[in-house]
Amino acid sequence: MNEPVVSITPDVEPLARVMGETLKELPQDLYIPPEALQIFLETFEGPLDLLLYLIRKHSLDVLDIPMAKLTRQYMDYVEVMRKTQLELAAEYLVMAAVLIEIKSRMLLPVQIATKGDDVDPRAELVRRLIEYEQMKKAAEAINILPQLGRDFSVVEVWIEHALVQRIPYINGDDLRNAWLGLLTRARLQRHHKVKRDVLSVREHMTRILRRLAQRTYVEFTELFNPLAGVPELVVSFLAILELGKENLVMITQSEPYAPIYVKRVGLI
Amino acid sequence: MNALNENSAMKLVLETALLTAQEPLTVADLKKLFDEDITHDSIRSVLDELKADWQNRGVELVQVASGWRFQARPEYQKYLDRLSPEKPPRYSRAVLETLAIIAYKQPVTRGDIEEIRGVNVSSQILKTLEARGWIDVIGQKEVPGRPALYATTGNFLDDLNLRSLDELPPLEDFQNSLALESPALAHEA
Repeated sequence: MNEPVVSITPDVEPLARVMGETLKELPQDLYIPPEALQIFLETFEGPLDLLLYLIRKHSLDVLDIPMAKLTRQYMDYVEVMRKTQLELAAEYLVMAAVLIEIKSRMLLPVQIATKGDDVDPRAELVRRLIEYEQMKKAAEAINILPQLGRDFSVVEVWIEHALVQRIPYINGDDLRNAWLGLLTRARLQRHHKVKRDVLSVREHMTRILRRLAQRTYVEFTELFNPLAGVPELVVSFLAILELGKENLVMITQSEPYAPIYVKRVGLI
Repeated sequence: MNALNENSAMKLVLETALLTAQEPLTVADLKKLFDEDITHDSIRSVLDELKADWQNRGVELVQVASGWRFQARPEYQKYLDRLSPEKPPRYSRAVLETLAIIAYKQPVTRGDIEEIRGVNVSSQILKTLEARGWIDVIGQKEVPGRPALYATTGNFLDDLNLRSLDELPPLEDFQNSLALESPALAHEA
């Protein structure tokens, strides 16, 4: 951007004195190759950012802004944006209006009659510029701070609890004890019925699976009907073992002597 | 067990707990490691010793907002980065400025942020910061529309190695920053 060829500003008015220094010609840096313009404008975070850039670029005193000069430069940029048919964010136009308003108010003669409280029309703009500049600097300062993941990592030592949860283990004795418990209960409530039942392990498997379709977990003992008699209990027991063998149910127990649960595997 | 042994045993327990912890541990957390009633001060002094022990290593013990943790020294990050091809994310100026305003002016509404930046704040910017766990909504302002009030989180302090908001870089005095002789060259391409 330091090799200006043409200034796009047709303006040839005599230039004002800036910070006690007479400018002989317009700053040349307004020339931007068209293809670079979009990238250039994208570097601004909005009108306040653009104004700050202009102020810094030309070493203007933010506390005593030469409104005419700043407004003209700002409008030049807006004009460039308009000419290249970039979509202009509304905020830039609002700021243009603000600048023109301040400039026109400064042209009005100061009313000596109003005592003391006539505020510099630039005051609010200056306050906003200063506040924005402060936050812009703060953002840069925060970005310099070391950042987790970008500038440093936390130490992670491997320990076992990082593993997946272990599945409860069940042994044969637990199953046998549960079975004996059921037999005892069945014996206590034995009825003397003489009847021939057709007992199908498969049928019981289906019954148990249906039961499990309603609830994911059923307690082992709940799957038995102690009133049905020993043969049926045996078949139910075989059905559960068969289902377990075929991986249709999971039989789990969280610790020794804890209730045993039968769990459905997958969808039925 | 004499005092010296007790001290070094305690140090090893603390070291192991801090190395294996997934999150920073507070002094109160660390107290739970011991049956005996150990004062906060003695834990703190052992932590200081531990910190000194690790002085010349690639890993250091630091105190952040939510407690103590071990972390790699920043100077080794460039080597660690070679292990993962993905570049760590860099936030845009819009995101950083929004973060700065929330950090220094909290609690703020979206309107407050827009007022200072002079442009619209897109939802994406706030979402990015929320997803990182650096900001959250801590309430609503009792004005029409009840806009959400944003503040920074403890996570934000932890991730920037800070113990409290006081440790954020001090704001520059505008008189100094704006009266500089040479113009800022931030925008020079």
